[in-house]
Amino acid sequence: MAKSVLLISRQAPWAGIAAAEALDIALAAGAFDLPLSILFMDDGVLQLLDQQQPLALQQKDLSANLQALPMFGIEQLYVAQHCLTERGLAESTLVMTAERLDDQQIQQLIREYDYVVTL
Amino acid sequence: MKFVISVLSSSHAPSTRRALRFAQAVLAAGHEIIRVFFYQDGVLTASNNLVVAQDQQDIAQQWQAFIAENELDAVVCIAAALRRGVLDQTEAQRYGREAANLAEGYQLSGLGQLHDGLQQAERLISFGGQ
Repeated sequence: MAKSVLLISRQAPWAGIAAAEALDIALAAGAFDLPLSILFMDDGVLQLLDQQQPLALQQKDLSANLQALPMFGIEQLYVAQHCLTERGLAESTLVMTAERLDDQQIQQLIREYDYVVTL
Repeated sequence: MKFVISVLSSSHAPSTRRALRFAQAVLAAGHEIIRVFFYQDGVLTASNNLVVAQDQQDIAQQWQAFIAENELDAVVCIAAALRRGVLDQTEAQRYGREAANLAEGYQLSGLGQLHDGLQQAERLISFGGQ
């Protein structure tokens, strides 16, 4: 059985290339049909916000890459509830369906995967 | 134990020095390194254009020597490398650039090589940040 990866994406979407490069790890796993899920934490939760306007920063729309994930077989997205709450985003609309996890559920999630990659 | 080691910060970051010391300890303890994967700013370690002051440690040079001595599989993510100006001969020609600067012993390849390494390994240890 293929070994599984939990990718923890912690970088804000427009603070450089890091968030996009994290997402590329997920897309590559999908291309090879390997099991990978993504947990958005810290400023990484900002990637999930709807109605962003990256063009104002002359940036490519990262949410388009996010929305490509299901086509690559990456269907399971998680988001740390406390990171949304800390940023006043607890009630915000997210661009993708992501399961909201409390800290205990995050601990449990991490235990379920063979590898954890944090970017 | 089989390890993949990923290097995510540039060669002057303390984490890249720690990655090297860790990798040396892995082999010294009789374990195996399936692959070293350079990603994000870690790809800069594979440039042969780095010049370090004489009174400082040249961690990129030490990485290269370590890889050569132990015949390690050292893969540099091609997309991350291109956008940071680390090119091999093929890519320099493809994009009409004057110089190829990928140091000997490294190969440019895709992120699939990270996943392939993980499937063979038992541990991934990543070194990033400071």
